[in-house]
Amino acid sequence: MPWNLDSDRPIFLQIVERIQMDIIAGKYTPGDKLPSVRDLAAEAAVNPNTMQKAFQELERTGLVHSQRTSGRFITEDTTMIEELKTSFANEKIHEFLTLMQQLGFENEQILDMMNRNMKEEQA
Amino acid sequence: MSTLLECKDLTKAYGKKPAVEHVNLCIESGHIIGLLGPNGSGKTTLIKMMNGLLMPTSGELYMREAPIGVESKKHISYLPDHTYLNMNQRVNDIIRMFADFYEDFDSLRAYDMLAKLQINPEDRLKTMSKGTKEKVQLILVMSRRADLYILDEPIAGVDPAARDYILDVILSNYDPEASILISTHLIADIENILDEVIFIQNGQIRLVSSVDEIRQKEGKSVDALFREVFKC
Repeated sequence: MPWNLDSDRPIFLQIVERIQMDIIAGKYTPGDKLPSVRDLAAEAAVNPNTMQKAFQELERTGLVHSQRTSGRFITEDTTMIEELKTSFANEKIHEFLTLMQQLGFENEQILDMMNRNMKEEQA
Repeated sequence: MSTLLECKDLTKAYGKKPAVEHVNLCIESGHIIGLLGPNGSGKTTLIKMMNGLLMPTSGELYMREAPIGVESKKHISYLPDHTYLNMNQRVNDIIRMFADFYEDFDSLRAYDMLAKLQINPEDRLKTMSKGTKEKVQLILVMSRRADLYILDEPIAGVDPAARDYILDVILSNYDPEASILISTHLIADIENILDEVIFIQNGQIRLVSSVDEIRQKEGKSVDALFREVFKC
């Protein structure tokens, strides 16, 4: 199944985000080997050169490292993955708050609604 | 990475009417390139010159630094916009002919792809639908181990599911050192697999850019940019 990619943003960036998400969500665990550029490019239905570029970007940030002949691996630095997770969560919360403010809700009301929704979901 | 094909000031006129004008272009190895332009922009004329089917009015054209000719045809696998195959032939006969004709033809690969698309090699071309004929021709072209594949409108007649499979074939089978030049109108379907796009208009190159560069700079897809640039 080709990956669902937006048509108006750079492809390589979206691949980077997708793999980051897979790491945060635990689809890949620390120390896991990533599929080869070719295999993942075929799976995503993107150009292998674009996949290569995404891998290079992930390597640059340190989230992925390559071992000469054996391939690319997810970092074993769990602090780094936690940090990425936190920053991703903060970003999402910021987006959410902006949207709620646009809808005209005050912080108090947002908190109330959040609490109520969480209780309902638990029940 | 090395240069495969080079156009130098390439011009072709039909009588007084110019079809391709002063085109300078380099195709490097290891790339998938989209040749995009509205109807009558000169795409097919340019492609036919690259395959030695039309003589340029002026300018030069080289494949691996040698002029286009017998030698270049060994290294370029070409899917024309119209078929040249005999409709009475069976697919397996055509495969035998291709294997005999092209040194780099891989029959196993061809049969494998036919099986995946559920096409019976015993069938004659004339009994097939338009889309199935197109699939057969594309399979033949992609079964060569060429340096450069030039595909003129390869996916226009095939259904979206087969299109996905064909793109998958292109992505997983081609040699990383080989390049593919695809001319098409169906930009949205293929833009994720392209490295680079060439916009051609009135026989002239309008733009050469990478897909991600366009998305970064313009904040829109190649498809959207095409619609804007070539708005009627």
